[in-house]
Amino acid sequence: MQKVDDIKPCYPLFRQDEYKESLGNKQDQFEERHGKDVVQDTFTWTTTAEYRDLNFKREALTVNPAKACQPLGAVLCALGFEKTLPYVHGSQGCVAYFRTYFNRHFREPVACVSDSMTEDAAVFGGQKNMIDGLENAKALYKPDMIAVSTTCMAEVIGDDLNAFILNTKKAGNIPDDFPTPYAHTPSFVGSHVTGWDNMFEGVMRYFTLNTMEGKAPGQNGKINIVPGFETYLGNYRVIHRMLDEMGVAHTMLSDPAEVLDTPADGKFRMYAGGTTQDEVKDAPNAHNTFLLQPMQLEKTKKLVEGTWNHEVPKLNIPMGLEWTDEWLMKVAEVTGKPIPASLVLERGRLVDMITDSHTWLHGKKFGLYGDPDFVMGMAKFLTELGAEPTHILCNNGSKKWNKAMRAVMDETPYGRDAKLYPGADLWHFRSLMFTEKPDFMIGNSYGKFIQRDTLHKGKEFEVPLIRIGFPIFDRHHLHRATTLGYEGAMQVLTTLVNSVLERLDEETRGMGTTDYNHDLVR
Amino acid sequence: MSALTREETEALIQEVLEVYPEKARKDRAKHLAVNDQSIEQSKKCITSNRKSLPGVMTIRGCAYAGSKGVVWGPIKDMIHISHGPVGCGQYSRAGRRNYYVGTTGINTFGTMNFTSDFQEKDIVFGGDKKLAKVMLEIESLFPLNKGISIQSECPIGLIGDDIEAVAKKTAKEINKPIVPVRCEGFRGVSQSLGHHIANDAIRDWVLPRRDTQEFASTPYDVAVIGDYNIGGDAWSSRILLEEMGLRVIAQWSGDGTIAEMEMTPNAKLNLIHCYRSMNYIARHMEEKYSIPWMEYNFFGPTKVAESLRAIAAHFDDKIKEGAERVIAKYQAMMDEVIAKYKPRLQGKRVMLYVGGLRPRHVIGAYEDLGMEVVGTGYEFGHNDDYDRTIKDMGNATLIYDDVTGFEFEEFVKRVKPDLVGSGIKEKFIFQKMGVPFRQMHSWDYSGPYHGYDGFAIFARDMDMTINNPCWSKMTPPWLKPVAPETEQKAA
Repeated sequence: MQKVDDIKPCYPLFRQDEYKESLGNKQDQFEERHGKDVVQDTFTWTTTAEYRDLNFKREALTVNPAKACQPLGAVLCALGFEKTLPYVHGSQGCVAYFRTYFNRHFREPVACVSDSMTEDAAVFGGQKNMIDGLENAKALYKPDMIAVSTTCMAEVIGDDLNAFILNTKKAGNIPDDFPTPYAHTPSFVGSHVTGWDNMFEGVMRYFTLNTMEGKAPGQNGKINIVPGFETYLGNYRVIHRMLDEMGVAHTMLSDPAEVLDTPADGKFRMYAGGTTQDEVKDAPNAHNTFLLQPMQLEKTKKLVEGTWNHEVPKLNIPMGLEWTDEWLMKVAEVTGKPIPASLVLERGRLVDMITDSHTWLHGKKFGLYGDPDFVMGMAKFLTELGAEPTHILCNNGSKKWNKAMRAVMDETPYGRDAKLYPGADLWHFRSLMFTEKPDFMIGNSYGKFIQRDTLHKGKEFEVPLIRIGFPIFDRHHLHRATTLGYEGAMQVLTTLVNSVLERLDEETRGMGTTDYNHDLVR
Repeated sequence: MSALTREETEALIQEVLEVYPEKARKDRAKHLAVNDQSIEQSKKCITSNRKSLPGVMTIRGCAYAGSKGVVWGPIKDMIHISHGPVGCGQYSRAGRRNYYVGTTGINTFGTMNFTSDFQEKDIVFGGDKKLAKVMLEIESLFPLNKGISIQSECPIGLIGDDIEAVAKKTAKEINKPIVPVRCEGFRGVSQSLGHHIANDAIRDWVLPRRDTQEFASTPYDVAVIGDYNIGGDAWSSRILLEEMGLRVIAQWSGDGTIAEMEMTPNAKLNLIHCYRSMNYIARHMEEKYSIPWMEYNFFGPTKVAESLRAIAAHFDDKIKEGAERVIAKYQAMMDEVIAKYKPRLQGKRVMLYVGGLRPRHVIGAYEDLGMEVVGTGYEFGHNDDYDRTIKDMGNATLIYDDVTGFEFEEFVKRVKPDLVGSGIKEKFIFQKMGVPFRQMHSWDYSGPYHGYDGFAIFARDMDMTINNPCWSKMTPPWLKPVAPETEQKAA
């Protein structure tokens, strides 16, 4: 029973004897559980190489995927434009899920509507929903732009967004000139990063495809930055800061850093910040367009090169030291603006931090999983620290990713042993964490279940999770951090080295057993 | 601020409706009402369980969410396949806090995500072959599973797959129950039809499996139906039933097992907590197995005691005495909790917007703390839910069905409650507005809230949120208006 001065929530309440007894009785009398030995033997079997091999033979089943579906990405992309309401044509449950998923990660409100298609729409198509939906959404939420994407329901029945939106305007439900970019985002193709790419291309196409006359690269003296599916708010900010310090005029095309970080000051802002429509229209006039996550921006690249006539620089995600160097050098080259002393100083501080910490990171082994460009940048940075990425898993990684990732890893002795797993899921990853145990894994919150599994086998088998990625639901405010640029490298390095030291403390805390190496000074 | 009068509340509804286009305004008007306790049938004042309007930012989910997310997902020793594209299973993975104990991945699977991860070719050529293969792979890698359910996502019903045939065939091969569920997200208007479809699947594919099997009954066997064990709710409920002398032979579906589901027809009484999501199966068992059922409410000591007595009334004196004994046992602790928290919460006004049973069931718990619920509504309620709500709410309070993001924000701005209890999609909106907020789906990562132990946590949580110092820090000191309180008093 509770005590009024020590009211306990679920944990530790259910560790009290009366609950242990109640739960135990339930298990023994009614659940028809498998015997303890059978469960333990089966668990042990799932940690073996034999099980791993069986697990990797899977052809149809996905268990614990490390990816989500297209419209999620489309929604994030849409949120990055000024006063833009994401609108998903199809089933309403999807939108409830997208909003929830982002709410939990960002701890922020996420505005997004659906047009609630049901059985009748499945039979007759969703045009009626679109006609009413656009009118209602505009009247209630007063956006300056509605960015339309689709759920798989609308895709399977073959709804034609272009025609539906035109007909909505013809019917007079929204004005002809009201901006309504759109993208088909079938959830059975690609992943959330594909959806971001598609929505982005849709917005750019809408505002520039037929208005290219008089536009030419270099006219506005700016460069364009395309972030891709990016959930670290610090990454938007650090790119702005570095370019500002260089004196490079630029446009971040899709910038949700304000709307996903609004203050608590008594007022709810449905819209805040974001790329303006004028900036989008002017984008073809930039010197060039930099794609921060090129692996996931194929359709965007095609439009930028084909329509805007930009020669997209061949760069990798600006993560870690070298790729940030290369990125800045390319910006300098394209714009003619030298890299300023402030960034040289910042770089020097990063290198200084690496020299300070390399002794704890050299030779440490990391398994990592996540989106294509993220794992590539993270693995690259690990090798720069003398650490070894051992298993790199990318559920939404393509053959192209595999090839590029291999090339990056083969450049360095720290990466040569890295094994790559495009298309694999986190149940595969679990097997690897048992049979080829690294020191740590790096990934999103879902990895906590793998950490628990490895610990269940025994403390010496435990693979601690370092949370870098998306989504992170079980720690607070990490989404505000930075992973790109020198600043991002500093934050990632700090996280990595302190995870190593925290773990070492945990292992050497035994009084009278591991007194050595439990040092005050490290 | 004092409560709104009936006229003021009616005017507020009219004002909020102003902004809608005409067609939408007409529709939404039917879903917003000022409570009138004298009305017997809610259909006279409010419309519910209708399609959400396109584009209005409904908070509702879908049939898949109702089946996989609510009813089936918590059955811990079965594997539930999110059948279709990858998203639905990912977004609904491990987010609902239906607690269970087991060795996850070995004999229990509640926080995992099994999916057929449809690709374009599966849409074009159909997914039945893939589904069969998925299930065989499950059987080889997770041999201790007690069965499989197939949770259909939107495309399944649109491409004409025959999951029932695949289920039957594969069930024979692996000799385990396989339950096909037609809970495609486009079916119905909300989660609600998903609950119903899931109930029907249990009726057709699970309950008959032990119709002829012997069961060692006792006269005191009951089943807890419609408790999803969020934060451990079912456990803090179960313990009270056991203490009064009953034997809980099945728990649906939080921490539930297929064995318990199959044994439920042996119960002497079915106890329904979430009426909305599981009344169907209770009615079915009443019809087929002649098992009576009753609704109960384990939120707050007043309702818990009322419910324990009502449950006991179905049994003999031993159980009736047991109920009194349990009530007496916890009385002192409840008195202490109320003595500690009521002075801190007395008179505070609450607006709710939740699903299932909570828009009405938690009213009593707030009242036990001296608080008043001044607005409530259901995400996916039907009129029988509102029938059960009218008497519990004060006169002239606001009732809103399938509220839109716009309406909810406007209502809260005007009614100025001291606390809003709703979901994650609403949480940050109101917190930024400076309105204390508790998630009343997930218990804001706390709980349990059911039963006596749960009420202590509920009281603690409402206090920590309403009385936390953060709410007074919204305005920088240099921007604060001069002595607003004295001005108000003067006015």
